[in-house]
Amino acid sequence: MTPATYLRPGSVDEAAKLHDDFAEAKYLSGGHTLLPSMKQGLARPSHLIDLAAIQGLRGISVDAKSNALHIGAATRHVEVASSADVQRLLPALAGLAGSIGDRQVRNRGTIGGSVANDDPAADYPAGVLGLGATVVTNRREIAADDYFVGLFETALVPGEVIVQVRFPVPLAAGYAKFRSAASRYSIVGVFVVRTAQGVRVAVTGAGEAGVFRAPELEAALDKQFSADALADLRIDPSSLLSDLNATPAYRADLIMVMARRAVTNMGRTSTFK
Amino acid sequence: MPLIAMRVNGEEVEREAPDHTLLAFFLREQLGMTGTHVGCDTSQCGCCVVRIDGESVKSCTTLAVQAQGRSVTTIEGLAEGEALHPIQKAFRRMHALQCGYCTPGMMMSAVDLIERHGKPLTPDEVREGMEGNLCRCTGYHNIVKAIVVASEEMYAGGLKAETP
Repeated sequence: MTPATYLRPGSVDEAAKLHDDFAEAKYLSGGHTLLPSMKQGLARPSHLIDLAAIQGLRGISVDAKSNALHIGAATRHVEVASSADVQRLLPALAGLAGSIGDRQVRNRGTIGGSVANDDPAADYPAGVLGLGATVVTNRREIAADDYFVGLFETALVPGEVIVQVRFPVPLAAGYAKFRSAASRYSIVGVFVVRTAQGVRVAVTGAGEAGVFRAPELEAALDKQFSADALADLRIDPSSLLSDLNATPAYRADLIMVMARRAVTNMGRTSTFK
Repeated sequence: MPLIAMRVNGEEVEREAPDHTLLAFFLREQLGMTGTHVGCDTSQCGCCVVRIDGESVKSCTTLAVQAQGRSVTTIEGLAEGEALHPIQKAFRRMHALQCGYCTPGMMMSAVDLIERHGKPLTPDEVREGMEGNLCRCTGYHNIVKAIVVASEEMYAGGLKAETP
């Protein structure tokens, strides 16, 4: 571990001020990406600003007026997975949170940390983009379609803190993921959402530039919402990831399989390995 | 150097340690409690699992300062004196270990899983609930059996008479 000074601000404003004060500081949330990165020397922050200790950043509420779920950035995966409100309004999202890593990881990892880190194999980006959520920071509100920029790259500017993620409650949502048995990360995850405005499909684990929407799948499902509607579609593998888990061609095939399984299992998260 | 204070297995402890000290190494090196093992050091294997305020966490991926003022339970805190915890008895009885390296983390995860479940576990529930703990010797069968037995016996109110 590279040496770093630990700071525990009491508010988001104080955290942002500390980030301004120390050029090499990094925000710490659950720490399940940052701390391993520090061990490997991939991150060498001078200061760790702990956001998880800020009380106002934690918790889940239902906004009845806009029919949305508001989840505080420092809310841990275990809390999202076990929330009665999330299970009732967005069971696929509760299932997604409950499918991340393992119990110990879910006891530490947070939604804000996952969304800020934007790992190409993380689950939350699929849920956030698929559901057309809004990422609320200490400076502005960012629509999911504008938020995810590339591999580990988001619209966040240095020092900006995610405060909350707001999920509009859709007509229905389903998530199907095929995960690596060893790392427990998604090799391919497909999040399918039906809204009054149309179908949204977001794919994680597969794209060279991170999470992406699949417009051709959305168009087919808009016409006919069934697994059969996807039968003749193929994904172009040319911009898909290649690693020890899967080739681009295999990932392209998995996307179609997971999309069909998400469509036939709406209202839940289905995990395959 | 900053002072880090927490409660470990019911006792208040306080040690000077750098901020970036991981909880696993605080326990092992500052407190000399070497029952908590570090296997992969990448939060995959679960050898380092301890409980913070009752929740199981991977102590190789948690800073000691993040446990400041909280209550930590390690493998050393399971037995009461010479009386083994039901999970320890079950692991011994069912031959749920070979080299023993993963065993402390297995037991800390298992106790958390059993207590949270509210009723005895099925083998499938154990396999899913224990997916954060890897064992390279046993092939898992006896570990699963031991946790099922421990869960049944913990909910029945203690282990039956055992023959060592």
